[in-house]
Formats: sequence, C-alpha cells, structure tokens
Amino acid sequence: MKQEAIRLENVTKSFDGIEDVLYSVSMTVEKNEFFTLLGPSGCGKTTILRIIGGFEKPTDGNVFFDGKKINDLPPNKRKLNTVFQRYALFPHMNVYENIAFGLRVQKTDDATIDARVTEMLELVELSGYEKRAVTSLSGGQQQRVAIARALAVKPEVLLLDEPLGALDLKMRKEMQIELKKIQRCLGITFIYVTHDQEEALTMSDKIVVLKNGVIQQMGTPIDIYNEPENAFVADFIGESNILSGTMVHDKLVNFMERDFVCVDSGFGENKPVEVVIRPEDIKIVPPDDGMLKGKVESITFKGVHYEMIIDAKGYKWMVHSTMHPLQGADAGMDILPDDIHIMEVQH
Amino acid sequence: MLKKAYVYIVFIFLYAPIVILALYSFNDARSRGSWGGFTLKWYVALLNDKSIIQALITTIAVALIASIIATVIGTFAALGIYFMSQKARNWVMNITYIPVLNPDIVTGVSLMLLFIFMRIPAGFMTLVLAHITFNVPYVILSVMPKLNQLNPHLFEASEDLGASMIYTFFRVILPEIRAGIVTGFLLAVTLSIDDFVVSFFTKGAGVNTLSVLIYAMARKNVSPAINALSTVMFVIVLLMLIIVNKRTKNEEILN
Repeated sequence: MKQEAIRLENVTKSFDGIEDVLYSVSMTVEKNEFFTLLGPSGCGKTTILRIIGGFEKPTDGNVFFDGKKINDLPPNKRKLNTVFQRYALFPHMNVYENIAFGLRVQKTDDATIDARVTEMLELVELSGYEKRAVTSLSGGQQQRVAIARALAVKPEVLLLDEPLGALDLKMRKEMQIELKKIQRCLGITFIYVTHDQEEALTMSDKIVVLKNGVIQQMGTPIDIYNEPENAFVADFIGESNILSGTMVHDKLVNFMERDFVCVDSGFGENKPVEVVIRPEDIKIVPPDDGMLKGKVESITFKGVHYEMIIDAKGYKWMVHSTMHPLQGADAGMDILPDDIHIMEVQH
Repeated sequence: MLKKAYVYIVFIFLYAPIVILALYSFNDARSRGSWGGFTLKWYVALLNDKSIIQALITTIAVALIASIIATVIGTFAALGIYFMSQKARNWVMNITYIPVLNPDIVTGVSLMLLFIFMRIPAGFMTLVLAHITFNVPYVILSVMPKLNQLNPHLFEASEDLGASMIYTFFRVILPEIRAGIVTGFLLAVTLSIDDFVVSFFTKGAGVNTLSVLIYAMARKNVSPAINALSTVMFVIVLLMLIIVNKRTKNEEILN
C-alpha cells in the first residue's frame, strides 16, 4: 500500500491578485517517489515547489504533509529541505560548517554532527573537502555540498529546484545518475523541478507536465512519452509530428486525405482531432509501398540516427531513422496503428 | 610631464594650507609672520588646557555613542529597506540620500528648531541625537550594497534548514554584511569628529566639541595652540579615512 507524502488540493496562486500563476493544481506525491515537475519556464513549476517548501502561500487551496494541512506552517517548521537553484551555500562557512548548519540549529552535540557530516560527505563523494571554502569549489562540487547540507538533517522530502541547470552536459548526466542513486539509497521522497524533458524521463518515477499553471498530464515517464494526453505534452516530451485530422469513427482516423487504422476510441464520429506521431515511429519504405509518399528535403546526421524532413502533401514530417534515402528522392512512410496518437483539439 | 606638473599643482593647492598650519603648530614664535624655531610647547599647552581636554573627551564620546547607535539603526533600516518591494525601496533610498545632500547648516538649524519645539534642553543629549541623525544615512548607504550582493536565497536556505529569523540574522546575514557595517561605523565616527556646523547649532552652553572650541578660540585672540589642535584633528580624521579606504579596497580585491 502506497502512502502519501505530499498532497496539493486545488492550489491556486496569484501574485498581487493579477494573474493566476497556478490554477487549481491537485496532485499527490507518494512516499519514496522520485516525483518531477516538468514544464517550460514560467509554467509555475518552481512556484509549486516554493509552496511546498513554505516560501509562498497558496492564494487558494490546501497543502498536506503526511495528511496534515501545512498551509500556514513556516519553512523552518517543515520536515522537508530544499536544494536551491543557485545552491545558496553560506559563503563565509567552509564545507563542513555548511553541511553542519541544520544540525547546529537543532543544537545537536558535536560528536553526532561530526559523524553525520562525514557520512554526508561520503554520500556525495566529497570526503576530505571538510575545510575547503565553498567559494573555491567548482559548480558540481558546490551542488554536492548543497545536496549534503539539505540531506544532513534527514528530511522526509527533498525539494530540488533545477539543481543541475548550471552544470555542463557531461557533469549533468553524471549527477543525474548520482541523484537517482542517492534517492534510492536513502529511500526518501524527491520532488524535482526541471524544464529538461530528457532529465525528467531518465530520473523520475512520476512526472507532472505543466503549462501556464495548469497540469497537462500526470503519469509515469513511459505513459507520458507513449500516451501524451494532448499536443502540448506530445510536443514538449520529445519531438512530434502534430497534424489535424478527423475521427471517422472508433479506431479509424482520417488525415492527409487518407484513412488510417488506429487504436483510440471514444472521440465520437466525424469529430476534428489532433494526430500526434513520433519521428522514430515512422518507417521508411520504398516510395510506392508506403501509406504516405513524400520528398526528402533534408537529412541531418544525429549520431544514433538520421533526422529527415520529408514533405508530403505540404506537411513537413520529421522522421528519425538509422537508414535514409537520398536527399531529393521520394520516400514512402508507414505508420503502425499503435503509433498513431489521437488527441482532442485544444482550444 | 605637463600632466604630472598639473597633478602636483592641484595637490599644492589642496594641501598647502594644511601643511602651513601643521608647520606653524611647531613654531616657537608667537607671531604668524616669522619662524622662531621648532617647539612642541603648543602641544604641551593643549594637554594643560582643561577646556581643550574636555572638548576632546566630548568629541570622542559623542562620536562613539552616536556612531554605535547610528550603526545599529542604519543596519536594521538597511535590512528593512532590502525586504521592501522594488518601488518602495527606490522611494526610501531617495529619501535616504536627501540628508546626505542637504547643506549642514540646514540640518543644524532645523535640528535646533526641532529641539526647541520639543522643549529638549540643548546639551550633550541633543548633540548626540543630532549626530545620530546625520550618521544614519551613511550607515545605510554602506550596508545596502553588501545586502544587494547577497544571494537572495541565503535567507530561505537558512530558514529551510530550520533556523529562526534571529538565528539567520546573526549566523548567516551578519557575517556576510559585517564589512559594510564596520565601514559605515568608521565613516560615522569620522563624520562625527569632522562635524562643526551641526554641532554648533545643537550643542548646549558649556558643552564643546573640538571643532566648536577651535571656532570659539579663533574668534578671540588667536593662540598658536589652535594650530596644534587643528593639526591633531586633521591627523585623526586622516587616519580614519585611510582605514576606511583601505578596507573598501581590500574588499574589492576579495570580490
């Protein structure tokens, strides 16, 4: 039986009463879950994190921690800790004192502090850095100290606000793996904010996709990638071909002047819909054997695959494939029913 | 070459009066026109003059008391301003600049009127109050840049780790802005010792600061002891300024 750690109930937030930054957000974070808030900048993901952390108060709605309402609890009374976007380490303290800060606030005895700091430094692989000034550390090392500082007080939930945003690509990949390892190893709940969809897919148990303060979809990475609920999610989570079509009846959709068998139903008959097809789900076949025929406009080598733009009846398809026809040549495209995702038209 | 000469000329204009003053403080002849040999007797005379010693004590006491109080008020004011909205902050900062730019004579006269209006008898108290008044803006202006340099998430990080507001202030914020506070304090002490106009209007009978005393002595018959006293004051203020400048420069290097 899964237990709830944090629950938001119809949380709305507006600043200065002007505009809703968050609109009626409800979500449940379960214990020991790696929970990610994903969305473009300005979607309200950081605001949600700050409301959970206690740095902002919801204009409307409730926040629960372990089933108890914590709307009015100040941050220093909440059993959760934050890793801030730009680390926010205390510049005048060394690594040791930064990590010990929370324990000193709790008036822990020196021996316990010493043991705990040593343990934390081992966890983030910075043993031996105790006496170093935090200002002399690299970005990645500062990030580790920030994580160790937040974990030292044994929070039940750790909030991370784009913690890897300032690191270079290689370092980011390393830290992703390490963060996931730390989360599994300590068995605590992580709530993670990012705008990087790949990062979200790699690390999360559950993802919430946000746009303009409204939840678009909530689910496992696989669900969200394979079954995006609308065109925004489909487009934001990886690249997509999005076309307008008509649902002829259940399991049959018409787009590009042709009927396609699909697996979706329940949209009604002859209703306008949006059709989403992933670039890697399109199979290149000889020109006249395919369901669709187009002209290859460009080919770009992407390492693992080629990225092609194929013009078919005026729509420029993005196709990912390990093989490619010649540029300027005609190509056929096949799409399996399973790979055609139907969505309601967004207003 | 010409450039260098120009700099020297400017320096001569600036410092010649002070050099002459200092020279005459060692002049054995009483007249201003002639040099009668080197002596320290005017400095000895200073030490033997009760009114001068009393004025020196008053000056230092006023400077220290007013500067300490102004530093505390100014630091908390800066913190308050820091947490205001952008609009309110600009507004208050502009108001803070007004006393700095206001002519001393206006500050002095208006404070005098205020004390009379409030029926506070002029004396040591009014002198301290007046000095606090003109020192506070300088402290705010020294502390504010330090606060603005802070990572705004430091407050939240500390609170997040369980610290109260007071704990955060003393353990996280104070160490970060200490340099600005000390600079503000030293500046306040310097300005306090330096001040004549405001002190002149707000002091009570029988209470004299050094600058006010020198003015009174200069109006009567001039004793060369004034030269010695003025030289001493110049040296004190100069030393203070050098310390303040050194601190500011060291910080710039650190940053």
